[in-house]
Amino acid sequence: MNLKYTKNPEKRSLPLMQGLAVWMKKNLFSTPLNSAISLVLLGLLFKALGPLFYWLVVNSTWEGTAQTCRHNDGACLVFIKEKFVFILFGFYPRELLWRPVVAISLFIGLCLYSRDVKRWNKLLLWRWLKLILLCAFLLKGGLFGFEAVSMDRWGGLPLTLILAFIGLIFSYPIGILLALARTGSLPLIKALSVSYIELIRGVPMISLLFMASVMFPLFMPDGIVLPKLLRAQIAIIMFMSAYMAEVVRGGLAAVDKGQYEAADALGLMYWQKMLKVILPQALKIVIPPTVNTAIGMFKDTSLVVIIALSDLLMTTKTSLKDPKWLGFSVEAYLFAALIYFIFCFSMSRYSKRLEQVFSYGGRS
Amino acid sequence: MTNTQENLARQSIASGFSFLGQEAGFEISESSIEYWADDSYQLALFVGILNTFKVAIIGNFLAIILGIFVGIFRLSPNWLLSKLSESYIELARNIPLLLQLFFWYAVFTEIFPDVKESLNPIPGVFISQRGFFFPIFKEHFIWKWVWMTFIGGGLLTYGTSLFLNKLREKTGEKKSLLPFGLLFLFVVPILIWFFGGAPHELDIPQLGGFNFSGGMTLTPEFVALMLGLVIYAGAFNGEIVRAGIESVSRGQWEASQALGLSRWQTLRLVVLPQSLRVIIPPMTSQVLNLIKNSSLAVGIGYPDFVAVANTTMNQTGQAIEAVILIMGVYLFFSLSTSFVMNRYNRSQQLKERGA
Repeated sequence: MNLKYTKNPEKRSLPLMQGLAVWMKKNLFSTPLNSAISLVLLGLLFKALGPLFYWLVVNSTWEGTAQTCRHNDGACLVFIKEKFVFILFGFYPRELLWRPVVAISLFIGLCLYSRDVKRWNKLLLWRWLKLILLCAFLLKGGLFGFEAVSMDRWGGLPLTLILAFIGLIFSYPIGILLALARTGSLPLIKALSVSYIELIRGVPMISLLFMASVMFPLFMPDGIVLPKLLRAQIAIIMFMSAYMAEVVRGGLAAVDKGQYEAADALGLMYWQKMLKVILPQALKIVIPPTVNTAIGMFKDTSLVVIIALSDLLMTTKTSLKDPKWLGFSVEAYLFAALIYFIFCFSMSRYSKRLEQVFSYGGRS
Repeated sequence: MTNTQENLARQSIASGFSFLGQEAGFEISESSIEYWADDSYQLALFVGILNTFKVAIIGNFLAIILGIFVGIFRLSPNWLLSKLSESYIELARNIPLLLQLFFWYAVFTEIFPDVKESLNPIPGVFISQRGFFFPIFKEHFIWKWVWMTFIGGGLLTYGTSLFLNKLREKTGEKKSLLPFGLLFLFVVPILIWFFGGAPHELDIPQLGGFNFSGGMTLTPEFVALMLGLVIYAGAFNGEIVRAGIESVSRGQWEASQALGLSRWQTLRLVVLPQSLRVIIPPMTSQVLNLIKNSSLAVGIGYPDFVAVANTTMNQTGQAIEAVILIMGVYLFFSLSTSFVMNRYNRSQQLKERGA
């Protein structure tokens, strides 16, 4: 038996042009109103995309100098060619550039490898740990004859990825603890957790970054100066933990009451109950919103611009300050937007896919 | 704590909020109230709060309207409309807001021409690097009254609609709201305007020296902030509206179709009221997000509360107090918004159960 399901058998049998006509009739011109909408939209699209096409493709400048660019009307892609290394890696020493390149490739490689839910096991966790250490070593150097690179020369995409990734791996467990505290039965701890979560969620992230950049130094004992990167990282972790906590709390509430009661009936202690029974189920339920929070965090790392850390957005801004290349902001921002978009969009697609995986038989 | 005190003492910063009364000494580029550089920090910060408030109100209003349209378009049977809405949502959601703000600001300052060569699409309206310039009516005491009767008319119309609804529930008689609305909102204010001397002189922006004077100005900072916030939040709101509409069961659509309602009527009378229940809670957090995100204004130099507080912090060194003020003000905004939205939510929920 070789039965194959086709969605719409008669549509398949139509010749291409006719099929297209049927499809257009159904999706674009089904009623007079629909036809009008379609025509207006097509007109608008043509009006908008035409100039864009001319700007980006026909009139754009691929070779030459800033002068050639200013002479032409179109996009100045020479600027991007000239500056993309700086935008991506900031002030990292040019001769050691292979190190962040390798680190980012390894990182993205392992991300792609971990996409498949079937590969999620202890071994993978070890691989991630090794990767983190390796990447940190590659960026920092200072051992085995690798030249040391100080933290304030890190910049661009690696910095953005560090802020987001380190933020994620710290805020996730802290968020779990906060969520457990909030749903637990100890009144004082519960009150503390609720006020922390609500306070943080009620204020903008900028205020936390200000706190990290101007208030933390006042709290430190004499002589101890935390690097700015570390302070910003702490602010990001503090901020994201509160949001993670709410995500996890949603998962804890979604676990069937019977599971809690069954664990109690078996005589499990609180931590046994949580670690072995409730959390594995709760965390699985909230994987998609967790990924969404991670996307939000990735985007929010760009706020460190306000306290002048050289992340991807800051290097883009800095590249615009070059007196030889003034006036190409639109190109630069579109380039940075493209990079952010690629990362965020693939994460959001992945979150959608996970949602499907876990809603159909993901219980195994 | 002792560390903090030692550190503060070393930098000779007095803790406490006494600095609020001192002279601020900086200009604020746009303000809804009278403010000069020799006014106090207190007043400067208040100007910042008003600016944040302005952005929050206008921004949320526009973003919710945009979200409703995008959410409905996203589910349109028209393939092109639905795909375009989807692309907009994906594009706006997956690019950091701050980057979008920088982008719009750059569009203003780099692409739009110099003041001297302003675009002039309609007579009296000018677009340049310095912002949008519109003509407005010249000041006249009667305008204040026209506006007040207009707002009063809005309240009266709302009251009448409640009364008419009650009347319909009691007697079954359906009376149109339209004549009342026209009367209260337009006829009365126009009469007042007419008998007040019908002032119609325009204050047209004039190019003088380096900038326009007269008329009304929207600064590039404000426009860029609005564009960025509304486009970003509109995408999230659109997804919320879409999810809300999808949450209403198909049976409701089919039943309304069977009753002979058009698609638009179904949406307006049957589906949207039911989806509100699902829409309001996430919409509340989006409204709050927009308010919090408006703090990114500091990145493009719009003088919102955070920007003013930041300047204050840099000038006085009162870091702890400034951060506490920022947190306090936003907490106040958040809590009052959730209070209002929760009340609205409750009213919707009750109606649901009563029906």
